[in-house]
Amino acid sequence: MTHLDIQGLSVTIPSPAGPVQAVRSIDLCIAKGEIHGLIGESGCGKTMIGMALLGLTPAGAQVAARVFKFDRIDLATSAAALRGKRIALISQDPAAALNPVLTIGRQMDDVLLTHSQQRKKDRTAAAAALLAATGLPDAAKLMKRYPHQLSGGMQQRVVIAQALATGADFLIADEPTTALDVTVGAQVLALLRKLVADRGLTVLMITHDMDVVAAVCDRATVLYAGLSVETGPASAILTRPRHPYTSALLAALPDAAPHGQKLAAIEGQIPPSTETISGCAFELRCPVATAVCHGAPPPARGSDDHHWLCHLAEGAP
Amino acid sequence: MDLVRYTLRRVFLSVFVVVGVTFLVFVVAQVVPSDPAALYAGPRPTAEQIAKARVTLDLDAPLPQRFVRFATAMGTGDFGVSYKSRRLISQDLRVYLPATLELASFSTFLALLLGIPAGVIAAARRGSWLDRLGSLGSILSVAMPTFFFAMLLQLVFSQWLGILPLAGRLSQQMSISDPLPFLTGFNLIDAVTAGRPAVFLDALAHLILPALTLAAYPAGIAMRLTRAAMIEILAGRHIVAARALGLSAPRILFGHALPNAVGPALTVIGLSFAYALTGAVLVEIIFAWPGLGRYVSEAILSKDFPVIAAATLVVTLCYVMMNLVIDLTQTLVDPRVALT
Repeated sequence: MTHLDIQGLSVTIPSPAGPVQAVRSIDLCIAKGEIHGLIGESGCGKTMIGMALLGLTPAGAQVAARVFKFDRIDLATSAAALRGKRIALISQDPAAALNPVLTIGRQMDDVLLTHSQQRKKDRTAAAAALLAATGLPDAAKLMKRYPHQLSGGMQQRVVIAQALATGADFLIADEPTTALDVTVGAQVLALLRKLVADRGLTVLMITHDMDVVAAVCDRATVLYAGLSVETGPASAILTRPRHPYTSALLAALPDAAPHGQKLAAIEGQIPPSTETISGCAFELRCPVATAVCHGAPPPARGSDDHHWLCHLAEGAP
Repeated sequence: MDLVRYTLRRVFLSVFVVVGVTFLVFVVAQVVPSDPAALYAGPRPTAEQIAKARVTLDLDAPLPQRFVRFATAMGTGDFGVSYKSRRLISQDLRVYLPATLELASFSTFLALLLGIPAGVIAAARRGSWLDRLGSLGSILSVAMPTFFFAMLLQLVFSQWLGILPLAGRLSQQMSISDPLPFLTGFNLIDAVTAGRPAVFLDALAHLILPALTLAAYPAGIAMRLTRAAMIEILAGRHIVAARALGLSAPRILFGHALPNAVGPALTVIGLSFAYALTGAVLVEIIFAWPGLGRYVSEAILSKDFPVIAAATLVVTLCYVMMNLVIDLTQTLVDPRVALT
């Protein structure tokens, strides 16, 4: 069953240099209980999609979509009402996401106070239980401490516990492991995987890291220049990519290059977000582009399960 | 424990400050071109009287010996007698210091109460008419001369509206017909311990206008500093995170952002408290407030050296203590301020 259904989402932000199209056109369908990867380079609109889901786009931003629904509720009108109730955010840098001058206990309690009518004693017990669920033992001691007294991994677990405390069933994880050591990051991913299984959560995993997609995602969507260019099962995206951009991205991974060889960087730049794109957004950087790629937007190809936008029937090289 | 060790060390360091000030006060008294003996001997003294005063004041003893005697006297709270009035200075201070401390504390409290919320609201509604009104208010409160603001308040609240008394610490019928037993010298506290609510309200009513006058400057500064700090903090990522968790706007503003922003305002308030102790002469004169500022300024004009020395030392002590309190508050508000 489709939990999140987004079609043709765009976010336009006014700026002195003209409107910036942070998100041009995104299709995103996520089933209940799924961990869905949202893959893209920096500046391709990943975080702005998360902000649009939370109704936290910058002032003046225009959010438009053909379909913009979460659990059959229209997000265009009720994103703010669902924020922190059904949809919660696990943000990128846990050290920045926690308030430096408040104790962990106070920050947990504020979330619980917002979302329940429990008494103080019950809230403290609930906070301890949530912290324990995220793998933080000795909650009573931990709740007296301040964020800077915790390691990065512990901070991220607290942030996850806060997200759980809202009672939300849909989590937006915005690069949750980028700021962490590789081993700690792996533990956090394992924790998320476990929470999804135990609590029936759904997760939108925003990342630029293919290893994260391989480790936890069921399905994934690849973004390029504010467009969703390829969507499919994570395994298919990683092993049988059909869009030339996806395969270029995989080829650019350090592991993909033979030892001693130059890395296969993708030449060129993402088209500026102030520009209107008439043809294929990837045309100028695409190794297999032909004359057809210029002029008209590429058609959708493939099946419901795995589809991509490309002019060329054979797709990726 | 960190907090105890920190406090003890600060108190220990403060001793040096106080000893240093004592030394400076003593040195200044030696270089001032006036003869204490002549002052002590009274108006139009004879040479004999002056010579007698020299002996009484022990002015012919060697300097180090006199400094030790002076410092010991100061340390034990024996400030001697005023050259002018021949009254015991410690007895005078017992009356004037609480009056000034009461005024300074209350005005500091008012400055925080007005300045910080105003700064928070201005930052939250940045660019709105409320913000502009706040900015105008803070500029006015900082720029307006104290005496003018005082008279303006007297005119509006006392003359026109008639809801607050013009001057003094207590109404005459209260202070003369049925005086308050002297316990701490703080009228508010003494009224409470004596169980007399009418006196308490009367004292409070007398306190409001002078305290408001004194609070204007620090409140304006605190407002500007809080606003600037809040604007920076509200753009922070933990504020976005708090919003994404569904916390309400007032809770984010006052519960999450404000604790990050009060540091600079607190520091300024500490400085303005010290200013209020002796710099408030004008306010004390306009409101007929029997405080330290008036006492010291009179002493300065008549070169009443023991009074000046005693007041300098007492103010130094108050200032050192206030700073300690502020620094301890900072560590409570922001745990990242290391106790080192």
